[in-house]
Amino acid sequence: MIKHIQLNKGLDIPVQGAAELRIEKTIIPDVVSVKPVNFRSLTPKLVVREGDAVKAGSILFVDKYHPEVGFASPVSGTVEAVVRGEKRKLLEIRVKADNTTDYIKFNAPEPGKATAGEIKKVLLESGLWVALTQRPYGIVANPADEPRAIFVSAFDSAPLAPDYNFTLKDEAANLQVAVDVLGKLTKGGVYVGVNAKTSAGSPFNHLKNVKLYGFSGAHPAGNVGVQINNIAPINKGEVVWTIDPMLLVAVGKLFTKGIYDVTRTIAVAGNRVERPCYVTCVPGTQIKEIDFLVSKKEVEIFDQETGCRYISGNVLTGKNVGLEGSLDFQSNMVTVISEGNYYEMFGWVKPFRCGKFSFSKSYFSWLAPKKKYKVDSNLNGGQRAFVVSDVYGKVLPMDIYPVYLLKAILAEDIDKMEQLGIYEVIEEDFALCEYVCPSKIDIQDIISRGIATMIKEMA
Amino acid sequence: MKSLLNLVEKIKPTFSKGGKLGFLHSTFDAFETFLFVPNTVTKSGSHIRDCVDLKRVMTVVIVALLPALAFGMWNVGEQHSIAFGLDMTFIEKVWFGFLKVLPLIIVSYVVGLGIEFISAQLRGHEVNEGFLVSGMLIPLIMPVDVPLWILALAVAFAVIIGKEIFGGTGMNIWNPALIARAFVFFAYPSQISGDTIWVEGLNAAKANAMQVVDGFSGATPLGQAANGIVDFTTTTGEPLSLMQAFIGTMPGSIGETSTIAILIGAVILIWTGVASWKIMVSCVAGALAVGFLVNGFAEPGTFAAVPAYWHLVLGGFAFGAVFMATDPVTSAQTETGKWIYGFLTGALAVIIRLFNPGYPEGMMLAILLMNTFAPLIDYYVVEGNIKKRIKRSTIK
Repeated sequence: MIKHIQLNKGLDIPVQGAAELRIEKTIIPDVVSVKPVNFRSLTPKLVVREGDAVKAGSILFVDKYHPEVGFASPVSGTVEAVVRGEKRKLLEIRVKADNTTDYIKFNAPEPGKATAGEIKKVLLESGLWVALTQRPYGIVANPADEPRAIFVSAFDSAPLAPDYNFTLKDEAANLQVAVDVLGKLTKGGVYVGVNAKTSAGSPFNHLKNVKLYGFSGAHPAGNVGVQINNIAPINKGEVVWTIDPMLLVAVGKLFTKGIYDVTRTIAVAGNRVERPCYVTCVPGTQIKEIDFLVSKKEVEIFDQETGCRYISGNVLTGKNVGLEGSLDFQSNMVTVISEGNYYEMFGWVKPFRCGKFSFSKSYFSWLAPKKKYKVDSNLNGGQRAFVVSDVYGKVLPMDIYPVYLLKAILAEDIDKMEQLGIYEVIEEDFALCEYVCPSKIDIQDIISRGIATMIKEMA
Repeated sequence: MKSLLNLVEKIKPTFSKGGKLGFLHSTFDAFETFLFVPNTVTKSGSHIRDCVDLKRVMTVVIVALLPALAFGMWNVGEQHSIAFGLDMTFIEKVWFGFLKVLPLIIVSYVVGLGIEFISAQLRGHEVNEGFLVSGMLIPLIMPVDVPLWILALAVAFAVIIGKEIFGGTGMNIWNPALIARAFVFFAYPSQISGDTIWVEGLNAAKANAMQVVDGFSGATPLGQAANGIVDFTTTTGEPLSLMQAFIGTMPGSIGETSTIAILIGAVILIWTGVASWKIMVSCVAGALAVGFLVNGFAEPGTFAAVPAYWHLVLGGFAFGAVFMATDPVTSAQTETGKWIYGFLTGALAVIIRLFNPGYPEGMMLAILLMNTFAPLIDYYVVEGNIKKRIKRSTIK
């Protein structure tokens, strides 16, 4: 039976450029980047060299402190380059892809009979283990743990986010296999949060052996952290795991076909995309190969020319990877919006600013509730101290006092952070707080620092 | 627009760090961002940001203050014309009030912003917007006849001691505008109490033995109450109706007399979400609760017996509840805390009015007192959240 949870706080930012429900193209990548920086606080240890031939599922690097946790190549080909940054920090491994992908065949046990040990072994071997994310902290799960439960959010409520009811519509069988095997890794079971409004069309709706919750409300209702907080919050000392729906499909494929196949259908959206739509590709695909969808028209805002910002992920939490970048391991979409490097005369004093949306009613965008807006990366102000102290709570449907947690982090007060709920949050949960902040404080950055401090101090 | 932008771009290097006038960096930045929303783009976190900023938030408060300001200007003219038996048209009254109030606003902004600019410059920060509101609030809670030098001193005190020593907007403990008023109240008591300060020209008239209309008294209703008169009268000695007090045609600080003008501001603040309706509502509830309670025990004919709802329309109560108590920095910041904070503010204001014989206006002291205790209220609300978290955890 589906349990229903209504969330009353949050905000759906009306952003222009949602993807049409059609798959434009399957991208056969030329080069694929695998990036250790996609994984928080990971110290990678390289296990391949430039020139090595790899298959899809070959481990490229491992976690130095958990060498059994490997990170695999999503395609077959040759290691073209190992890119390092300052202090020889490993930034990415570039694999020149073959025309057709050659998969390593893993000996996956039969889902019905497999034991937890066998499941862990094949997940680790194949490199798919890293799909499991641990809360607290949002880091790769530790194979030695048994989590309290595993949580999956079956929908993404972020602006322009892909519609999993569309992209996963044929994957119900793989999803069922995946939740069956993952269910064996925990006594607490697998929780799935679906969108109450559209759950009828969801491939998750008929899954067996899961605890199904329907969520209604605005973003961030689709954030798994918000769902956990409203189902059963994480306590001190507890560990839960989360997994992205697209990667859940990959787990299913591993146990049915025995291959590491992380191919996914992603949305390419945003107001700079000519005809926003979906494409099928693997993580690590170069943004250049998606650029054909982006409009080449020059865009001027207030008579000033603006370029494009290429974001791997959504406009709230994604990374600005640039045209030369690649799709992150965790991203299910690419958003292209305008850069906001323009001046706007008397912007803040104009009674109407028709082209801009505001959560606050101090502008008049509430008069046009259906309107979608062309967004850009302008900060719309300057950074200040916390002043309007109650706006953050209005977009955070969690039992947490955001400003107090943020101030505890700024003060590096470990005890207070713990008491105020640092274990329950990651950056994405605070993204809307950052969006609405009139003081333009980099709130996600503060949360990152808080988590980094906790990892360091609690180790 | 283009040419102005080009000019700004052209002179920018001069004012940037390392430029000839680099030490004026903050000042230049303040003017630049006043003219243009800057071209800063997001570097980390959310790529898009709401178009609201502190400048806008502050602007909304100013707009919400305009009805009270406009009424205040007219009322200055109105009271003056009554006091001296002058026959003035509506326009003349407004113009008279405008000429009297404008210098106060100018002095307030020039002194306050001057100090803000200097302190931002010293710290190398951007200039904060906070004073845009304080600078308007301060004249509105002063008697119209306050000498400009006292006003200037009060503003300087409020900005330096009330705000900048704590680190500027967002860091202060007390509402800066009320600090200004408290300064005048304690340092120059004769300037902010008595019967002759609330109507323009009365002080001067007294000194020069000028002729005031027969039977005219400049005492505010609260002033009358302090003298034991509870059948409130207008300045000409007729009975003051509740409606008159609500509309605000009586002497008092410039912006505080008209409850109806303040209510228009309240609607703007609540609708835009800039100020908390919870604080306003609970503040009124607190005042009524204490008021009616005292009504129950009061001897007839004392101020305590005056029906509690009178407190809402007299003196600075409405102005304080709408514009002062709701300051997001100095009020309680948790939603539960706001109910407690507002209720206690309203209750204390009435208690001070009824039981403090020295000074009939309790709102200023009540808000300052509750500003002091707001962090304590929040502490216990947040502590409740912490306790809940510890309780559900198995590991302590």
